[in-house]
Amino acid sequence: MRQVFLDHQSATPVLPEVFDAMRPYFTEYFGNASSLHQHGLRVRDALKQARQQMAALIGADSEEEIFFTSDGTESANLALKGAAYANERKGKHLVISATEHPSVMNSVEFLEKQGWTCTRVGVTPEGMIRLDELEAAITPQTVLVAVHHVNHDIGAIQPMRDVGRICATKNVPLYVDCEASAGWLPIDVKEWGAAMVSFSPHRFYGPKGVGVLYRNRKARIVSVIHGGVQEGGRRAGTENIPAIVGGGLAAHIARERLEQRMAHVAPLQRRLWEGLKLKVPYIQLNGPVPGPHRIGTNLNLSTEFIEGEGQLLLCDMNGIAVASGSSCVSKSLKISHVLGAIGLDHALAQGNIIMTLGEANTEADVDYVVDTFAKIVAKLRGMSPMWDEFERGVIDSVIAPTGRGKSFSQHAAEVSGKPAH
Amino acid sequence: MSETYTLYNSTVMEHFMNPRNMGDLKDADGVGEVGAAACGDIMKISLKIKDGRIEDARFKTFGCGSAIASSSMATELIKGRTIDEAMSFSNQEVVDALGGLPPVKIHCSVLAEEALKAALEDYVKRNPSAAAKVPAVEPVSA
Repeated sequence: MRQVFLDHQSATPVLPEVFDAMRPYFTEYFGNASSLHQHGLRVRDALKQARQQMAALIGADSEEEIFFTSDGTESANLALKGAAYANERKGKHLVISATEHPSVMNSVEFLEKQGWTCTRVGVTPEGMIRLDELEAAITPQTVLVAVHHVNHDIGAIQPMRDVGRICATKNVPLYVDCEASAGWLPIDVKEWGAAMVSFSPHRFYGPKGVGVLYRNRKARIVSVIHGGVQEGGRRAGTENIPAIVGGGLAAHIARERLEQRMAHVAPLQRRLWEGLKLKVPYIQLNGPVPGPHRIGTNLNLSTEFIEGEGQLLLCDMNGIAVASGSSCVSKSLKISHVLGAIGLDHALAQGNIIMTLGEANTEADVDYVVDTFAKIVAKLRGMSPMWDEFERGVIDSVIAPTGRGKSFSQHAAEVSGKPAH
Repeated sequence: MSETYTLYNSTVMEHFMNPRNMGDLKDADGVGEVGAAACGDIMKISLKIKDGRIEDARFKTFGCGSAIASSSMATELIKGRTIDEAMSFSNQEVVDALGGLPPVKIHCSVLAEEALKAALEDYVKRNPSAAAKVPAVEPVSA
């Protein structure tokens, strides 16, 4: 069976040359970077080189502005909590977009319980931040604005230059989560005027277990993990040297291959969406159309009248790895908050599938996915009472309304006795 | 990959991949359609009842793998049971027959119980004479 990995948003395979570079740091160069002898000093050099490689990927001035953490989630926690606590006396207000990653959303929820307040700025139905709302949300008490570069669910590329300009005018530091874009799109921290930027190499063919936080020297943060004086006192704990070395090389390679990677995936993204649109009736793309406002790796789809987990499982049984933002897939039984924020109808959020392309995917892969996915959708619709009720005119389609029947949400509320969330 | 890993146990996966009794029944004697407020899944069970016994059952489900497997298993279990027996059907039977469900998915089996009881209620409503012979449908807990 053909194996097609379409979940590059969750992980990518470590490049062989990256793995080779990491290997000696497990066995030969096993020293702790805090040690003062040869073993420690050698890995310090490796750390410094990795910092330079990370700085170069995002246009940072100096490797001294790069901190290593355990992953993107920890970087987000450090950025938000670190900046909030460091600026406590100035004010206790934060501004974030409504479609940030859970690592940002939940860090903010924690801070709210500790007495901070937060304004969540809404997005358009395509998922683009409302700049006028952002500007209006910033108050003299605001100590940080957090807006991600590319959305992890729907691939929307936020207008970072405009966001940066607003923050600069209001003189509030900006933190940009670049988890979904680093290694795929150009990032220039100076052009955006970003005070902080975070990303993880495992999204661009580096290893898991390392995250990066860029922090401009002018931005104040305090440590949220306490212990020894690693990472300039901003993040205690022994550095994961093999992962940092691998991540640094992955960043170096990503910088060289940025255009090449996008030139490979973007046409596949179009081919995949055009193919699905043609072969699968009642399917919708969520987020911006493929083009300048959407990253070339991501498709976020809603197939009507069926649920997402069933689609995901049948894809998997056919060798295709995909993700879903449906409530059945989440451990909390809630739909992805991004789909909620763009105002997606609950019926469509339930049928959500996320496909993210990578450099190993081919046209033949895409064609296989289109054909297989069409069969999977037909099979699940054959089992779905909603499809039958749509065909009989009892309920109507959200994607292509016929004017017959009631809405799915109304029907779901009637049969469950409660309105759908 | 040489080995296949699955999200659910092999019985659940088997019922999801090859569901039993999927579809509708022409001239059904009772039809129940219920939705789960928790997750948004919808399940429909149709029954053919003869001489106070469930002769045939079919399901249609809008939901996840475990919801589809739960409805497949529930329809298998209740075929041949008397209305009386079916009235006391519990979601635990579905869970047990499937060899267990993840805790977050237990509500899928509850939905199957609810769909079955809604179909029985519909039958009783259509056949008031049958109602006199069986106890009232117990409300579903959980």
